[in-house]
Amino acid sequence: MTSSSMNRPSEQHPAFPKSAYNFAFLDEGSKREIRRKTLKAVAIPGYQVPFASRELPIGRGWGTGGLQLTLSLIGRADSVKVIDQGNDDSVNAVSIRKLIEETSGIATTEDAAEATVIQSRHRVPEEKLNGGQILVLQVPQPEPLRHVERKEQITRRLHAEMDYSAIWLTLYESVVKWGSITVGADYPVLVHDRYIMAPSPIPRWDNPKLHQAEHLTLLGAGREKKIYAVPPYTNVVPLQFEDYPFEIEHFVGKSCRRCGSAHTFLDEVTDGETGEILHQCSDTAFCAKTIERRESHVASIQA
Amino acid sequence: MSLPSRLDSQQRQGAAQDAAPDERPILQVRNLNKRFGDGCAHCLPAHVEHPGNRCPRCGSVQACIDLNFDLYPGEILGVVGESGSGKSTMVRSLYFDEDATSGEMFISSCKNGESNLLAESAQQKRYIRNHVMGMVYQNPYLGLRMSYSSSGNIAEKLFAADHFHVGRIRERAAELLGRVEIPLGRMDEPPKRFSGGMQQRVQISKALANNPPLLLLDEVTTGLDLSVQARVLDLIRSLRRELKVAMVVVSHDLGVIRMLADRTMVLRQGRIIEMGLTDQILEDPQHAYTQLLVHSLL
Ligand SMILES: Nc1ncnc2c1ncn2[C@@H]1O[C@H](COP(=O)(O)OP(=O)(O)OP(=O)(O)O)[C@@H](O)[C@H]1O
Ligand SMILES: [Mg+2]
Ligand SMILES: [Zn+2]
Repeated sequence: MTSSSMNRPSEQHPAFPKSAYNFAFLDEGSKREIRRKTLKAVAIPGYQVPFASRELPIGRGWGTGGLQLTLSLIGRADSVKVIDQGNDDSVNAVSIRKLIEETSGIATTEDAAEATVIQSRHRVPEEKLNGGQILVLQVPQPEPLRHVERKEQITRRLHAEMDYSAIWLTLYESVVKWGSITVGADYPVLVHDRYIMAPSPIPRWDNPKLHQAEHLTLLGAGREKKIYAVPPYTNVVPLQFEDYPFEIEHFVGKSCRRCGSAHTFLDEVTDGETGEILHQCSDTAFCAKTIERRESHVASIQA
Repeated sequence: MSLPSRLDSQQRQGAAQDAAPDERPILQVRNLNKRFGDGCAHCLPAHVEHPGNRCPRCGSVQACIDLNFDLYPGEILGVVGESGSGKSTMVRSLYFDEDATSGEMFISSCKNGESNLLAESAQQKRYIRNHVMGMVYQNPYLGLRMSYSSSGNIAEKLFAADHFHVGRIRERAAELLGRVEIPLGRMDEPPKRFSGGMQQRVQISKALANNPPLLLLDEVTTGLDLSVQARVLDLIRSLRRELKVAMVVVSHDLGVIRMLADRTMVLRQGRIIEMGLTDQILEDPQHAYTQLLVHSLL
């Protein structure tokens, strides 16, 4: 989203065929509610702001929290990228992208550098985002304390009192049982020395990308009706013990079978014929870009 | 950050009976009131006694009425009274489990003993209950996370005091659990696999984790077999001897009070009706109600 698009008057008569919908599907009242709650979330980094979650023509639990954020933020000048576990082409990513395209008529892209709004499930793009970009993360469970405390009333009090012993206890139990902190995704982080936050099920690899980032990260949970945010230049620190520090995933000696990259988050894939375990970039667009860049480099040398 | 590595604390003064008379109380409670319910214009004034202290109009209960007392370093104060007299409500209010309706509470090691802790912010209260107090509940399910390891239960209290070194936390947990005679090999077992007596001992070790000068114990031995009771009582006595920790011991069992308490408070319908040295209260009760209590229960 560009800064000017936020000020633009709402567009009641979009010039695209699916004119049965308001621009970007949601009515202006709903968008205003979501924008207001988003501003509050930005003002209190890591704090979960309740919002009136709307029904969308996709099932809850399929990214409706993120989608509502995206739909209420985009203007005509925006360009949206949709990713599902690093992949632009999964069924889920395609259907969300289609819904955005059809109801707003705005451009979409697979290039993380080109997008102004990036809606993503389970990944932060490998490419470093900049100050003009917003990352929208889809969140299934916004409450980092939920698995130790079921009642919302109590988790709210625990946040208010900064009573985070219980979440440390879960990390401790993991060390006692397994010898290390085994949390793979959705690794709890402390946001600007105040709120402990669930960063959504991104791999630990992606946590550092939220710390002191140039871009704004918004997180939306449709089913749980919560919005929260990490504004630019905010401290996002994974919880760690003095003797069991936080570590990102290691891919020592492994590289992408397609682009050859050894510094991206790699997925494991099994070769159907040989049964061999191979690795490839989880961020498929970044992978393709790396290949393309190398090929044009080779071409320019040959020319 | 260094953990309180030793259980004993030599700085603390001896128990009250051999303390200098001008020694400062560790805990001062002034006009503590706790009402359950919103109250109404028809609620009877505090000085009028009425059954169960329940307002017939609005149903509010005056569980604690104008409680005043001091507790000295290393002293054990017994609290007796029939069921519903407000014993649990009193200690729960002191531990901030319940929000007192009015009153003041001062602890000498908090803010120089000059600030009413009942009026502190939620974050401050959390700090105080983790650093200065320990609580042992009658029902171990209230004081322990039954499915987490016993060492983790103690660790939770240490996290609250900003200790985040697993190695040192485990050393401290082993020391504390050892002190209450939980075998070292079982420190990572969840309390739900322990007997009732062991669970109470884990609760006690958890309450002691940050070396608090003040311990609140609510019916710790109720419901335990006699032999198991005796072991827990012995433990409490030896802890008091070693750690010089001051305690409020709630029990409706006068045997427990006789064995542990230096002084005893008798509660009836939310009020203190008699308070004094335990021997005097039990041997020579002044108040008719206390006489009844002593004779029917002894
Ligand atoms: N959460 C609550 N809501 C309403 N009333 C309560 C609540 N807790 C306690 N009470 C009432 O307050 C009074 C004092 O209860 P409390 O549990 O403090 O008594 P007690 O002396 O500890 O009794 P017991 O020996 O049975 O444990 C009782 O009348 C009780 O019914
Ligand atoms: Mg009770
Ligand atoms: Zn690749």
